[in-house]
Amino acid sequence: MTPLLEAVQPRSAEPVPAAASLADPMLPRPFEVRRVQAETYDTYTLELAPADGRPLRFRPGQFNMLYLFGVGEVAISISGDPGRPSPLVHTLRAVGAVTRGLCALKKGDVVGVRGPFGNEWPLDEAAGHDVVLVAGGIGLAPLRPAIYRLLAERKRFGRVVLLSGSRSPQDILFRHELERWRSRFDLEVVVTVDYAAGDWNGLVGVVTTLIPRAGFDPTDTVALACGPEVMMRFATRELERRGVPTERIYLSMERNMKCAVGFCGHCQYGPHFICKDGPIFPYRAIAPIFEIREV
Amino acid sequence: MREGSTMNVLERDALDLLFTSLKERGFTLVGPTVRERAIVYDEMFSAADLPWGWTDRQEAGTYRLERRADDAAFGFTVGPHAWKRFLFPPVQSLFRAERSGSKMALRPAGPFAARYALIGVRACELAAIDRQDKVFLGGTYVDPVYRQRREGAFVVAVQCGQAGGTCFCASMGTGPRAGSGFDLALTEVLEDGRHWFLVEEGSERGTEVVATLPVRAATEEEIAAAGRAVERAEAEMGRTLDTEGLRELFLRNYENRHWDRVAERCLGCGNCTMVCPTCFCATVDDVTDLAGQAAERVRRWDSCFTIDFSYLHGGSVRSSIAARYRQWITHKLATWTDQFGAPGCVGCGRCITWCPVGIDLTEETRALRALDHGAPAAPQGGAS
Repeated sequence: MTPLLEAVQPRSAEPVPAAASLADPMLPRPFEVRRVQAETYDTYTLELAPADGRPLRFRPGQFNMLYLFGVGEVAISISGDPGRPSPLVHTLRAVGAVTRGLCALKKGDVVGVRGPFGNEWPLDEAAGHDVVLVAGGIGLAPLRPAIYRLLAERKRFGRVVLLSGSRSPQDILFRHELERWRSRFDLEVVVTVDYAAGDWNGLVGVVTTLIPRAGFDPTDTVALACGPEVMMRFATRELERRGVPTERIYLSMERNMKCAVGFCGHCQYGPHFICKDGPIFPYRAIAPIFEIREV
Repeated sequence: MREGSTMNVLERDALDLLFTSLKERGFTLVGPTVRERAIVYDEMFSAADLPWGWTDRQEAGTYRLERRADDAAFGFTVGPHAWKRFLFPPVQSLFRAERSGSKMALRPAGPFAARYALIGVRACELAAIDRQDKVFLGGTYVDPVYRQRREGAFVVAVQCGQAGGTCFCASMGTGPRAGSGFDLALTEVLEDGRHWFLVEEGSERGTEVVATLPVRAATEEEIAAAGRAVERAEAEMGRTLDTEGLRELFLRNYENRHWDRVAERCLGCGNCTMVCPTCFCATVDDVTDLAGQAAERVRRWDSCFTIDFSYLHGGSVRSSIAARYRQWITHKLATWTDQFGAPGCVGCGRCITWCPVGIDLTEETRALRALDHGAPAAPQGGAS
């Protein structure tokens, strides 16, 4: 176990320069819906074009606050290609009033966008090493910009492994893209589901069971994980068991968020603000509180 | 006392001229006044609105106004209000949105300017304002509402001449003497049948205001008399908090049975967070007009004691009161230091006084210390 007092101090990667409006960080910018794509029965990808034509540049792992007129605002990670910032791409699950409303939008509707906020996946630090990405459910969405970047700069990295788990075959996100990536020789993609009917020919089992056999060198790997907290708990255990050092394991965390700029207090996680110190943390920095309930 | 600062004497009957001078400079005056059997901060029109001759008696879960034997204007400590209600309003519009067809126009709610003269700010409250400055002005993003209100404000501090039953600013190192952070500081002195104020200047603006007042230079003896008043306050602090290793104490006791014991008493009402002068958490409400064409986003003070506060899809992260109390006190006394470089507690004692069941954070900290199993073994070379 990492000594507690030491571990709360180091923060994840360097702060990313602010791109949201510095003058009024609470004021969204209008974006027009260009396309709504159903990924699964409850998950949709929105393509948004800035009304003022100014693309929203971002780094892999960052998120925006999406405002649905009169209903509310939610923090949603960016799922598009950082090399092609326009249109802005978000993938979200319809689970609450705002996300249900956002998923029901049609081409031509307008939403408000504030951002980008938060830090990025440590891809520069990962250069020269193997990279393993562990995704649980919609946790694949914030990892997708990292995958685009890894593929765009493929030569900078060692082996790249994507382990992706979903609840059932009906819940698999980015299915065609996963197929395409799986056919590449420079990327190992393993997809599993928690449960399936007889017509599923793939793997069954939680995503963390893939870690022991995945093709990466644990002593020379940077691991990026995003998914439900319980999944990330088991993922860190399996990664540690294989010998990946805690400071090379990065987790993208989630908490209730109202402002995304460190004012509202909702996203506090021990000494950290998920919005401005995260959402991505080296596991080492949060290890002391990661196993404690109700922090 | 500020080196080289001028000390002047203002007689009791001339205090109202200070109010007049500030009004003439365009400030809206806010300060302590008696309302609903408490001393609250509200708009003031003259010095007559001050709580002359009133004092307060405070204990855990108890606040009572009482008549004083003299007619002191500032002869009380702090009430349920904090200055944050003027700098960081409890309800604040953030923006308005209008929809026509598929278009949406977003308009900022500002300007947020209001030029307040805050009259009667205590040392602990100056520290609290400094803590909120770090939250709203000290990071990458600056809160435009807070910035405009804070930059416009004129601060008249009052040096405490007495301490309340729940005060512990001396433990937190924030008082009772206000050393900086004000434009003017008053010390009220009632001695030998005289009633006057020592006026200390803290800024050029303050000096300009003093120049309009019928003051005279204070004598050595008058300065000493004012100093004695503050020493009296220091000597009668109602509470103490041992701050030795405070941050580490809380960080190593996330898991401690003490939290369940507090939860047996804590109602989760959030009073402590509403009266706290540093608590800054807020939520937002979205409202629309009946036609659904105009919408507004409004920020409201929130409390980490509500069940919704930590809500994520699937439920609340902190569903138990034990976890919510732990979050609040750990933030105040420990993690605030990680975030902003100083504790989030200034020792004003409001959370103790206004807790309906009298939970006392100095007492709870002592109880946690008693159950603390000590510091963990020294870190070993940084390896995990």
